Amino acid sequence: MSNTSHRWSLDPVLTVEHLTMRFGGLTAVDDLSFNVGRGDITALIGPNGAGKTTVFNCVTGFYKPTEGRIAMRRGRNVPDAKIAALTRSGNQYDRDDEHAVFLLERMTDFRITEVAGVARTFQNIRLFGGMTVLENLLVAQHNKLMRASGMTIGGLFGLPGYRRAAAEAKRKAIEWLGHTRLLDRADDPASDLPYGAQRRLEIARAMCTDPALLCLDEPAAGLNPRESAELNTLLRYIRDEHDVSVLLIEHDMGVVMEISDHIIVLDYGKKISDGSAAEVRDDPKVIAAYLGVDDEEVEQVEQDLGVKKAGASTHAANGSQGDMA
Amino acid sequence: MASTTSATAANRPEGAEILSEERRDAARGEPPFTEAPSGDSRLVASLKEAGITAAIIAVITLFFLAFRSDIASGGLSLTLRPELWLVWVAIAFGVRFLLSYFVFRSEQPITGFLKKTFAPTARGLPIGKVVGIALLLVALTLPYLLATLVPSQNRYLLDLAILILTYVMLGWGLNIVVGLAGLLDLGYVAFYAVGAYSFALLSTNFGLGFWVCLPMAGLFAAMWGVMLGFPVLRLRGDYLAIVTLAFGEIIRIVLLNWYEFTGGPNGLLGIPKPTLFGLEFNRGDNSFAEYFNLEYDTVQRFVFLYYIILALALITNFVTLRLRKLPVGRAWEALREDEIACRSLGINTTNVKLTAFATGAMFGGFAGAFFATRQGFISPESFTFIESAIILAIVVLGGLGSQLGVVIASVVMIGGIELLRNLTILQAVFGSDFDPTQYRMLIFGLAMVAIMVWKPRGLISSRSPSDVYKEKKKIGADQVSQGEGH
Repeated sequence: MSNTSHRWSLDPVLTVEHLTMRFGGLTAVDDLSFNVGRGDITALIGPNGAGKTTVFNCVTGFYKPTEGRIAMRRGRNVPDAKIAALTRSGNQYDRDDEHAVFLLERMTDFRITEVAGVARTFQNIRLFGGMTVLENLLVAQHNKLMRASGMTIGGLFGLPGYRRAAAEAKRKAIEWLGHTRLLDRADDPASDLPYGAQRRLEIARAMCTDPALLCLDEPAAGLNPRESAELNTLLRYIRDEHDVSVLLIEHDMGVVMEISDHIIVLDYGKKISDGSAAEVRDDPKVIAAYLGVDDEEVEQVEQDLGVKKAGASTHAANGSQGDMA
Repeated sequence: MASTTSATAANRPEGAEILSEERRDAARGEPPFTEAPSGDSRLVASLKEAGITAAIIAVITLFFLAFRSDIASGGLSLTLRPELWLVWVAIAFGVRFLLSYFVFRSEQPITGFLKKTFAPTARGLPIGKVVGIALLLVALTLPYLLATLVPSQNRYLLDLAILILTYVMLGWGLNIVVGLAGLLDLGYVAFYAVGAYSFALLSTNFGLGFWVCLPMAGLFAAMWGVMLGFPVLRLRGDYLAIVTLAFGEIIRIVLLNWYEFTGGPNGLLGIPKPTLFGLEFNRGDNSFAEYFNLEYDTVQRFVFLYYIILALALITNFVTLRLRKLPVGRAWEALREDEIACRSLGINTTNVKLTAFATGAMFGGFAGAFFATRQGFISPESFTFIESAIILAIVVLGGLGSQLGVVIASVVMIGGIELLRNLTILQAVFGSDFDPTQYRMLIFGLAMVAIMVWKPRGLISSRSPSDVYKEKKKIGADQVSQGEGH
């Protein structure tokens, strides 16, 4: 891996540029830029209130960013010129046989999942509690089944095309239940599942929407060590076998350091570090942000780190840590 | 053996520790809110409670029942009615005593079966299916059953059955919006009105028949459902309820005031009766009776109307059950459970809400067209808020999302109101001048309160899943979310 161009900059699936999100006077995310590499597990970490979930909500369309561009690319090696052309055109997306580019900041939340292929889970699990585990996964395949049922009319009369699609959807749901070890709970209401199983179900449900990018908001929160290890296996499986890039927010450093190909560290809405697990782990600014530094010591620490202005020095710091690693 | 809980002065901890110890000691005993067990036996305790209740009732009803003032020449005349007052106090005493003795103070309350009967854990024979099939068989053969069993009251009971089935259909239609999609709609009667007026206006102005107008009435109502859907898309909870309530009133008031078009308060007259492939149900040429060489009987038309509404209701039921297993129906239920999760899965919740409103409204429109043809006359008076409230009560009492529950609730509510009209047995208790029709709303209200106390999520509150991997399990009411506005 070279210091100047990381793997995730060569063929990114998601490019976030100058993302800024203000809530009234509060700037939750401040001029944030990063890439998510195709086929990578990318982690977004940072102390509480750093703006991680806000970035997530901007990427998945639940917030409209104040400024910035969020570009999603599907297909190998999509040229930057295509994104520039799409930005000028004012369209939401541009698709041809080989490549597809989507400007997520222009799309609404459900269109992002439906068209661009970005699926997400939630920090506080949002399952359809009164529906069975199987039904949860069938709801996730709504758009595909809707088209197959001829917007309900064909389904009402039970046309063979719809029946085939319904059987296929069920097969897919059962396949994912197998991967997440939920098969024996398939007919139980989702709210009956233990916490760890609900987390796995939410991931399986997101995967049933056929995404290209899976965004997980604290998938390991509340899991015990064994369940965390299972989660790691599941995420690797998703990355390797389904060709899905993963972007995750996580507090559990064990999980983050073990599975992440690429880590982005946020603090107060700004990026303070960006690199591989080893690079980020040894970054003094990350250590300072996580351990917290007393007010009196700030200047001392800044001198030690050779930092004058946090924003301006980020890239320089990245380069030097690349050398260290 | 010495008590281990009370520590000696020497080894007592100090400060905050003491406080926490004391609190723990206190918590070890009876929780503070349970009353001290009295020495009374079950009988004495029940009698005491009944006495207190009777005293309260005596005070509350003193001026309503014991005294009666009438307008007389030169002022008011006062009549004393202590017997009536005492009868009611005695009733309160008796009812409270029975409740206390057999329910509240009993180890095994006799109302226990209420909690068990429809419990979702019941395995083996699906009781819902058996009851459903039995009700369907009764419904299909009802005109014959009535004609053979109670020929004297045949017409009246058939008319009542038609009314009940109309409400069953309306309940099933509203169940889509409230029970499945979880959108509280307090203005459902608006679509009933749109259906009725669509048919009435089309038939009186253009001479179209019932069968042509029926689908058109449904379409118009669905269109209005979409029109209501748009403004309420972003509303949640109480606000949704208020706007739908207002919508229902807007439609009624427009019908009342647009005199040139709708006839205003005079309503519309001369709405044609439905025909069977052109055969009319009256005396004379080209009538049903003449064609089949039958003797003319007014009941024939009622039987025909009965089968029309039965078919319409069964279509509603069939379509709803089909839709639940289709992606759109599943999306309705998912919307009820969690709207944000729906959006995160790429579901266009706008479309989902609009289809729910439109489908529910369409069935309301069909029912409205049937109502118009049955009555032959409609006016805005038939579409007041109380109709919406009754339909909603049917859905809620039956259990949100439950098809069978709606049927049972309709029979109980609509049939019950009618039954109370004829309950002359009560005259034996309260004297011959007691008019049960005056008290039917009171009795009806009490019955509703009772059902809501014992079955707060409706008579049939469990949900059955739309697709099954291995074994079909009922989902309990506590797990199913109720959606917006409840």
